[in-house]
Amino acid sequence: MGVEGIGASVVRKEDKRFITGKGRYVDDIKLQGMTYAHFIRSPHAHARVRGIDASAALKMPGVVAVLNGKQIVDDKVGNLICGWAITSKDGSPMKMGAWPAMAPETVRFVGQAVAVVIAESKNLARDAAEAVVVDYEELPAVANVAASIKSGAPQLHPEAPGNQVYDWVIGDENAVNGAFAKAANVVKLDLTNNRLAPNAMEPRSAIADYDAAEEHFTLYTTSQNPHVARLVLSAFYNIAPEHKLRVIAPDVGGGFGSKIYIYPEEMVALWASKRVGRPVKWTGDRTEAFLTDAHGRDHVTHAEMAFDKDNKILGLRVKTYANFGAYMSLFSSSVPTYLYATLLSGQYNIPAIHAEVIGVYTNTTPVDAYRGAGRPEASYLVERMMETAARQLKVDPAELRRRNFITQFPHQTPVIMAYDTGDFHASLDAAMKAIDYAGFAARKAKAKSEGKLRGIGLSCYIEACGIAPSKAVGSLGAGVGLWESAEVRVNPVGTIEILTGSHSHGQGHETTFCQLVADRLGVPISQVSIVHGDTDKVQFGMGTYGSRSAAVGLTAILKAMEKMEAKAKKIAAHALEASEADIVIENGEFKVTGTDKSIALPMVALAAYTAHNLPDGMEPGLKESAFYDPTNFTFPAGAYICEIEVDPSTGKTNFVNFVAADDFGRLINPMIVEGQVHGGLAQGIGQALLEHAVYDANGQPVTASFMDYTMPRADDLPSFKLSHTTTLCPGNPLGIKGCGEAGAIGASAAVINAITDAIGKNNLEMPATPDRVWRTIHAA
Amino acid sequence: MYETNYHRASSVDEAAALFAKGKEAKYLAGGHTLIPVMKQRLAGPSDVIDLARIKELVGIEVAGDTVTVKAATPHYDVAASDAVRKAIPALSSLASQIGDPAVRHRGTIGGSLANNDPAADYPAAAMALGATIKTNKRSIAADDFFKGLFSTALQDGEIITAVSFPVPAKAGYAKFPHPASRFALTGVFVAKAKSGDVRVAVTGASQSGVMRSAAIEAALKANWAASAVDGVSVSSSGLLSDIHGSSDYRANLIKVMAQRAVTAAG
Ligand SMILES: Cc1cc2nc3c(=O)[nH]c(=O)nc-3n(C[C@H](O)[C@H](O)[C@H](O)COP(=O)(O)OP(=O)(O)OC[C@H]3O[C@@H](n4cnc5c(N)ncnc54)[C@H](O)[C@@H]3O)c2cc1C
Repeated sequence: MGVEGIGASVVRKEDKRFITGKGRYVDDIKLQGMTYAHFIRSPHAHARVRGIDASAALKMPGVVAVLNGKQIVDDKVGNLICGWAITSKDGSPMKMGAWPAMAPETVRFVGQAVAVVIAESKNLARDAAEAVVVDYEELPAVANVAASIKSGAPQLHPEAPGNQVYDWVIGDENAVNGAFAKAANVVKLDLTNNRLAPNAMEPRSAIADYDAAEEHFTLYTTSQNPHVARLVLSAFYNIAPEHKLRVIAPDVGGGFGSKIYIYPEEMVALWASKRVGRPVKWTGDRTEAFLTDAHGRDHVTHAEMAFDKDNKILGLRVKTYANFGAYMSLFSSSVPTYLYATLLSGQYNIPAIHAEVIGVYTNTTPVDAYRGAGRPEASYLVERMMETAARQLKVDPAELRRRNFITQFPHQTPVIMAYDTGDFHASLDAAMKAIDYAGFAARKAKAKSEGKLRGIGLSCYIEACGIAPSKAVGSLGAGVGLWESAEVRVNPVGTIEILTGSHSHGQGHETTFCQLVADRLGVPISQVSIVHGDTDKVQFGMGTYGSRSAAVGLTAILKAMEKMEAKAKKIAAHALEASEADIVIENGEFKVTGTDKSIALPMVALAAYTAHNLPDGMEPGLKESAFYDPTNFTFPAGAYICEIEVDPSTGKTNFVNFVAADDFGRLINPMIVEGQVHGGLAQGIGQALLEHAVYDANGQPVTASFMDYTMPRADDLPSFKLSHTTTLCPGNPLGIKGCGEAGAIGASAAVINAITDAIGKNNLEMPATPDRVWRTIHAA
Repeated sequence: MYETNYHRASSVDEAAALFAKGKEAKYLAGGHTLIPVMKQRLAGPSDVIDLARIKELVGIEVAGDTVTVKAATPHYDVAASDAVRKAIPALSSLASQIGDPAVRHRGTIGGSLANNDPAADYPAAAMALGATIKTNKRSIAADDFFKGLFSTALQDGEIITAVSFPVPAKAGYAKFPHPASRFALTGVFVAKAKSGDVRVAVTGASQSGVMRSAAIEAALKANWAASAVDGVSVSSSGLLSDIHGSSDYRANLIKVMAQRAVTAAG
């Protein structure tokens, strides 16, 4: 592998600038003549905007403009789109209400913008915003699924009667009915998957700069996928044609899905920049992040699982209500359908599955993909179901899982996914060994003698990553292809630039992507740089989410490398007067096998650019590009086991141990993988114990600051013990599965299974706050 | 933040004079409450008068049976003081549990008491130990100082200069942190004075801020032992109730934390 090649825990190249405060984020950028935007946001969850009086504000010092929702609609800026078409079980398309970038008439969640003040400074904009008088007529609101589906409930959008976006089904209902008819046992479970606020460290920010002479826009934005942003802004929002719009996503401080979407604030900044003829900057604060960044999860589910007399699963029946919030965000429709229900088979042989998903509107912040996106909800459901079943059927939970594991690959589930490979026994064995599962009973007894309730919980998760084969997702309603592109530029002196459509916002691409090059060419990673996040530099790309950057993005780089190497070998063979087939690349040199003849990469590169002596007919230069479209999803999987102790007098859960045995296929940089798993586990444990975005019955957010929303802190978390059981992914040449979301997908069920084991009661919702756990322990 | 005028006072008298001159002046100590509130535009003082660098307001003195902490002393100094640890270990333990290191290095005892957040830690110590709050005008007994949520006996412009704690025979503090804010979801400070008097103060739980618990005081007076609290019934009426702790959960915590505080006190 070489010291900096694939498999080496190379220290992250980008960390020097991040750790020394030299990262360059959108808010660090200042343009000549820049103005500042401050949004006026609805304090009501549902209201009609009767009028906006900006006359006093317009007279205040430093105010450049006050613009409102009516103006942006009149200027024909497009409404926000949802990019994945879902069809209801009755064949009708999903039903969506319009989402203008600022509300011209009706606001449907607290925080929705109705107007914007543009001023010479942020503070002056805020001053003026206080002088803008908005006349609201309050309307009754619905804040959760139960309220939304009640008959006679307040209606959000006339287009969606009953507040229902769709009623979608997957699987064979008759087969499932048949399975339940012959079942020896049926296990039932009701659960809620709590709503989360993503909270990237860097709040969202945008700077729009309109050049009137060129009729050209530049947008600096906190995006996980600047190319998609440009596509959507130009094709759907009528901002400018693609060649007149440059989107730059510089250093971005975390995304977790929340920075996939093109938000109203970016659209308004672009539009306003043209209207006022000056650059416009907007940077959100933490409260705005809580109010407007797309939230995650928020499901209410009833599920039933049928078993035969040997405890083999016969069928699974699921009905889920998904809360979308007030509007359909960019990929929201796909999350509780194709990213959720297609994973309901978990790691198990389940002959028949049927799921119904009903998506509803509520007067809350829109919900979309957040780390894991649909797969955590599926995994949580399946793994709590397995644990519940083990308790009801009185079998060891590990044994019940083993009995039902899929062991033959490829495996076609009844819900679309075809698992390519895996070894579920291996990861469960590794995790059980790591936590000393066999010794648990003795530890539990000892804890009991000390007045503590000890529990152990398993979670055997699977996810579909490497998103995604374009043809497959296209057939399911996706509005885009999900390939990736790359370009390899070898400069005349032999240094290398890799252009990628992936986007790094914490993942460490600037290191891992270089490691592939180092591995293939034997050059140090210092000789390689990664270029990303600018639509003027990189031709096109789909960005980073869904644990796709290594499996898809890095494979695209590999394809481009192969093309570049083939050409370089021709040049080397020509220079060395050898046969192309005899050339091998080692330690940055092109060698003729079995001889001492060689030529170094810089000389090959120089030859390519001087073009003084190239093979006949060869074009000068050494630069190749590739597009890579995966053939299947990848299927990272693993086993997490958590051992906890509950203090019965306070309901507080303390970790004793947490072990993770993951199968991510090939690891490029084990240290970075470890970091990804730690972060994912923190978010999964955060969901299980701490995090909850709460609204009161009137749709007022209760948790719009860190004083109320519990972000996981280091001391809330255990010291993780990680290990890997590897099966290589057959779907891509590097054998990579992806590691970005696993922790967030698998951890929550392990934690709740452990707590419910400890307290001996199964009925416990997330987050399992001390109050909730105490209440459950002491409930009659 | 609204525009404001910042003043750095060099003495208590100068600070008071600056305050009197300002239209809507505010004192600033550690700034860990005032600055966030100003940034959110929930406060817009015309003048901010910084007390934190006034020499006579910083420092700790232990003399005889009294620990005196001057008003602008940061929590960290109290937690790190050997003299405090020796005289009232429960006070140093309390200070070490406030917020995080950044908060402890800036937040001050005077700011904490003047602010009287219903979930703050220091008010529990002041109340249970029967502290005296000294100001530039008078001395106020803790029992008379706290007047409900975020309000105190301080008059407009009055400056806390120091807090004196009588050294108790025994004292202990147990805090169940609010999961998000890490203030006290419920914190209980128990103290047995050298006179034999027992005082128990509860923070974080009540709708009207720090309070004493007569029932627990009576039980501990009869028998200074954690088990003495077993039979006490704590009512949930008048207690706070929110997503992190219902009122009956807080009532339970009052008992459990009182017991742990007694155990810690020894
Ligand atoms: C993240 C975070 C976590 C925290 N966690 C805790 C916790 O766990 N427990 C806890 O108890 N506290 C906690 N705090 C509060 C903190 O410890 C301080 O006690 C609090 O902010 C007030 O002290 P200060 O010195 O910062 O006062 P400031 O913010 O400077 O002032 C607060 C108020 O007191 C007034 N004031 C200040 N000094 C005087 C004086 N000498 N005389 C008269 N009036 C005065 C000011 O005018 C102002 O109105 C936390 C704060 C933060 C930001």
